[in-house]
Amino acid sequence: MSDKSEILGEIIARHHHREGPLLPILNDVQAELGCVDAESEALIAKGLNLSRADVHGVVSFYHDYKTEADARPVVQVCRAEACKARGVEAIIDNATRAAGERVKIETVYCLGLCSAGPAARTGDDLHIRLDAEGITKLVEDA
Amino acid sequence: MTKVRISDDALARAGGADKLAAAFEAKGCEVQRTSSWGMQWLEPLVEIDGKGFGPATLTDVDAILDGTSDKAIGLIEEHPFIAGQTRFTFARAGKTRPLSLEDYEATGGWAGLKRARQIGSEAIVEEVKESGLRGRGGAGFPTGIKWDTVRKAEADQKYIVCNADEGDSGTFADRMVMEGDPFQLIEGMAIAGEAVGATRGYVYLRSEYPDAIRKMNAAIELCADIIAPFVCEVRVGAGAYVCGEETSLLNSLEGKRGEVRAKPPLPALEGFLGKPTVVNNVLSLAAVPHILTEGGAAAYKDVGFGRSRGTMPIQLAGNIKHGGLYEIGFGVTLGDLVNTIGGGTASGRPVKAVQVGGPLGAYIHPDQFDIVFDYETFTEADALIGHAGVTVFDDTADMLGMARFAMEFCAAESCGKCTPCRIGAVRGVEILDRIKAGGRKRDRLELMPQMHNTQKDQGRDAGDEIGLLTDLCETMKFGSLCALGGFTPYPVMSALKHWPEDFTRNPELVEKAMSEPAE
Ligand SMILES: Cc1cc2nc3c(=O)[nH]c(=O)nc-3n(C[C@H](O)[C@H](O)[C@H](O)COP(=O)(O)O)c2cc1C
Ligand code: SF4
Ligand code: FES
Repeated sequence: MSDKSEILGEIIARHHHREGPLLPILNDVQAELGCVDAESEALIAKGLNLSRADVHGVVSFYHDYKTEADARPVVQVCRAEACKARGVEAIIDNATRAAGERVKIETVYCLGLCSAGPAARTGDDLHIRLDAEGITKLVEDA
Repeated sequence: MTKVRISDDALARAGGADKLAAAFEAKGCEVQRTSSWGMQWLEPLVEIDGKGFGPATLTDVDAILDGTSDKAIGLIEEHPFIAGQTRFTFARAGKTRPLSLEDYEATGGWAGLKRARQIGSEAIVEEVKESGLRGRGGAGFPTGIKWDTVRKAEADQKYIVCNADEGDSGTFADRMVMEGDPFQLIEGMAIAGEAVGATRGYVYLRSEYPDAIRKMNAAIELCADIIAPFVCEVRVGAGAYVCGEETSLLNSLEGKRGEVRAKPPLPALEGFLGKPTVVNNVLSLAAVPHILTEGGAAAYKDVGFGRSRGTMPIQLAGNIKHGGLYEIGFGVTLGDLVNTIGGGTASGRPVKAVQVGGPLGAYIHPDQFDIVFDYETFTEADALIGHAGVTVFDDTADMLGMARFAMEFCAAESCGKCTPCRIGAVRGVEILDRIKAGGRKRDRLELMPQMHNTQKDQGRDAGDEIGLLTDLCETMKFGSLCALGGFTPYPVMSALKHWPEDFTRNPELVEKAMSEPAE
């Protein structure tokens, strides 16, 4: 038995009894393995007695689930309206330049910090009032 | 020992509140972490003996303690931004520790639930009806009527689902309730359970809110005995804006793709797992404990405007000087909110546009600033109150760019169920790009002799493309199943209508195209 199937077995057992267990399972798989790949989909389908197509349909629907793990640190930058109004588009190039190949810049739509944007998220840490310098530093430190 | 209060709200923390709290502790102060007052431009806000200092940084600590800080704003409760509000839902904001049961009880917590248990289900629903409370998630549907439908439904199991997906840009009131006063929301859910005969509740919480997730989970655990036999559970979303739509949310909760369901059946009759389900926004549910206290319904109803009763926690966001949470009775004008209360733009430049109601709300021109906050008034003006986010833009905003983003967002977040939204939004982005380019040349196909109907001597100008966009928006408006596809035309068309000069050098083209849609 591979490590992965053990981890998955444990996650499935953790949520199996819940009403609508699939999203809690997928959230944990994404968090613990960094992705929900085809192998995980198959194991989850088996564990919940669903078809693989069913599980794949769900996985592919949600932005949070990735098909491949990416070891790079991630900086999520909000590019929704209120952050645009506060100038995120003018500093996004600074972020991508600082990121290069080392850091992954992801776009998100709203972190609920809309009066104090541009806003960003790294892990569970939030950042506000970013300017060109601030976002560069954030990416460099990621 | 000096008592210092600093919020542990996500925005304050993002602004450095944790380090600031540690610095005051290191100076020997007793630091209490409270909810946020909602004056976000002043976060992190430090409170000592009722007086505020903000936005505070580590370098301000000494000056704040010896009374020489230039960040002093005086007594917080007397600050015009706070004094001008009518706070029902946010009555505890800034005053209590979010996860302290002691603070919650000392400020009237659980009184609504206790009374609800005494008066019984029918009377609870009557009081919610009497209060005039309408859903704060966007549609403004009367909450009492929804509850009555679920109450009267026969079923072995019913559910209370709290919609905490708050995906609209420019909104954060749900987040502030969950982070600042989580017990109030849970109490509201338990009262809803009491009213309709449901013993299970779910909070569908977006994954973009890590602090709210943590606090809601902690709060539910702390008050489990108080709300029993009602049981409450947090379910975290997975990054899909459309899952804020109630039927999409229910599908997601069931572990399916977040596709929108056709109505009927109403979720009130066939909701989660096919059972009668109340789906309510965080703010709707959080308003309930106050309404259920003795005389609460009447007090709530006494505030408001027309058929919009009670208060709305309005969120001032974007390029605004005094951004934050402003709870006030319906009837305030948009101009007052933006210019007087909000102090105009943060950049100091003129206000160009205001988007109310999130990504599906129209862009409003300062010429329309006398419009009052009221569901009916906004609908008449082709605008949307939605979740009451007010996003301000200064004169550097590019409205063609914002219209394009509305389409781009719709394309990215469409659930894919219906064609006008799934395909229309993608085509909308392309058309806007062509408008920006001033039109396009005829393509090879159009130039073929067989294509009799195309003019061969000239390309398509911006006017032709604007006509096409107008047509597309009509199709999306009337041919979409839910408001994602159906309302995206509002920001697009309002931008085009009020700022034609941002779309083309010949604004008269816009007028012509809008009056006579494409062939
Ligand atoms: C695309 C879309 C997104 C929505 N997002 C939310 C949301 O994030 N939060 C919310 O409470 N309601 C949202 N709604 C409205 C819900 O469908 C529903 O009307 C609401 O949850 C009902 O609760 P209420 O009566 O308390 O407002 C959304 C609707 C649409 C069409
Ligand atoms: S309008 Fe868009 S989001 Fe709404 S049901 Fe249709 S495809 Fe889905
Ligand atoms: S729009 Fe960026 S945080 Fe809300």
